[in-house]
Amino acid sequence: MSTKVLMKGNEAIAEAAIKSGCRYFFGYPITPQTEISEHLAKRMPKVGGLCLQAESEVAAINMVMGAAAGGSRVMTSSSSPGISLKSEGLSYIVGCDLPCVIVNVQRGGPGLGGIQPAQSDYYQATKAGGHGDMRIVVLAPASVQEMAALTAEAFDIADLYRTPVMILADGALGQMMEPVDFSVSSPRSLPEKDWAAKGHGGKRKKNIINSLYMDPADLERSVHRRFARYADIKDKETRFEEVMTEDADIVIVAYGITSRICKSALNMARSKGIKAGLVRPITLSPFPDAPLKKAAESAKHFLVAELNMGQMVDDVKIAIDCQRPVTFFGRTGGMMPSPEDILEKIEDIVKSL
Amino acid sequence: MNPTTYLPPRKKHIIITGHYGSGKTHIAVNLALFLKKTGAAVTLIDLDTVNPYFRAADSQSLLQKNGVRCILPQYANTNVDLPSLPAEIHSVFSRNTGSESPDEYAIFDVGGDNGAVALGAYSARLKNEGYEMLYVVNRHRPLTAEPAEAVEILREIEGWSRLSHTAIVNNSNLGDLTTPELIADSLPYAKAVCNLSGLPLAFTASMTESDPPSLPKDVPLFPLRKVTKRIF
Repeated sequence: MSTKVLMKGNEAIAEAAIKSGCRYFFGYPITPQTEISEHLAKRMPKVGGLCLQAESEVAAINMVMGAAAGGSRVMTSSSSPGISLKSEGLSYIVGCDLPCVIVNVQRGGPGLGGIQPAQSDYYQATKAGGHGDMRIVVLAPASVQEMAALTAEAFDIADLYRTPVMILADGALGQMMEPVDFSVSSPRSLPEKDWAAKGHGGKRKKNIINSLYMDPADLERSVHRRFARYADIKDKETRFEEVMTEDADIVIVAYGITSRICKSALNMARSKGIKAGLVRPITLSPFPDAPLKKAAESAKHFLVAELNMGQMVDDVKIAIDCQRPVTFFGRTGGMMPSPEDILEKIEDIVKSL
Repeated sequence: MNPTTYLPPRKKHIIITGHYGSGKTHIAVNLALFLKKTGAAVTLIDLDTVNPYFRAADSQSLLQKNGVRCILPQYANTNVDLPSLPAEIHSVFSRNTGSESPDEYAIFDVGGDNGAVALGAYSARLKNEGYEMLYVVNRHRPLTAEPAEAVEILREIEGWSRLSHTAIVNNSNLGDLTTPELIADSLPYAKAVCNLSGLPLAFTASMTESDPPSLPKDVPLFPLRKVTKRIF
């Protein structure tokens, strides 16, 4: 008997959260991520947890801050416009050094945009999640299995480094169904949350959780500490996948659902004798510079493919110190490229080599 | 072993319900194509107001090419979050009332779980004209993995739709990992759902077209053609 079950990506995130010990979920419905709260509304009461539909995204993210401050594992989810609403709260959570998991199942934008899949919140997720000097960890799953596995990882990374971790998915990954196996996650040993405000019982000094600093020198120190932790995350938690990069003349860089389209294109290119490879960033923040730098030693050309107007291009150029040309191909607004579209781009590049 | 093939139902209105992702649309589209082959006039009604991504509208050209009439929400597959239900749905009622061997079928592809609320709007007319209501189950869907859980959602759907199911459809599968053995292994589960709900098993669906599962003679087999949209 198989231990696999058939799930939508959104459901896999929800179930993985429960299996990771998350007992608080605060959200507000928005397509295409509503299955996360649908699933948790059914499951949380059965495991003694709470799934609450807040009055707005703003309320939900502030409830997340409260639950995180109390030392609980907590998650919220939304899609693009809803994440914008959460950005103030996200900045406060960073300023309070609180761990939590935030899911963005992206749809087309800007504005209300549409409900079809997109990756156009890359800048927002990796550079500008909120105001102030802040970086958060951003994980980009590319399958329903990874939606589950990276959610489990997200809770561990959040707790270990006291940081919000964002799962940056898209409507396609959220809605599509694939077999998933929950038995593969291996939780880490994590430190006690001795900083949490969960009642001192008169036995210790009270813990104060706050993002306001009266003394600018204190604030600077807190920002430096946080950035030192981010450097530590970059060192230890950066993840990526490499496919046929060893001998590649052309290296495609793509994440999430687009990486799967690119893998199909890659196989088509290889069968035509074109030496193409793929680097798939799994952590978008911190960005995996090392494999790209290494690939640039032998590759002649890079092709970035995304469901946006080229938001990852600069990160790739920085990673390879602009040593090689970087071409961009993307669709936006909820449109998806076909493997043939990507192949055509690869063949164009081959002609220019 | 030659399993029995599924016989066309005796009611004109065939309603397909089930839990989210149980395979309702897959079954509904295949059923429409199957019934069309019997020579009957077939209309497929996309009644799903809860899932904007994978829906019967995706199979519109396949259905129309095969002569199946489609009634789709006006905004299906656009960016409008809540597809409205077209008035044209009413056109499938008041013909051939009570016929025991209908020469036309109307297949209602209902949204998952509480998406069945939309079906409730037509409950009086459906009760008046008679219907088959098939509840689709997949034992590999986690929230219906236990027969009791599957029957719980079955009863909820009856509440939301104000209609009663008439049979169970066993659509147990694991997507691309589905094997004939996996389908055959799901029979005890399907029978447990039948026993708990007091309903007969209409058929077991099989996506393994070239390699059918080995089923007992009393279990009708319904081969499925893969019609679900692939995003990449």
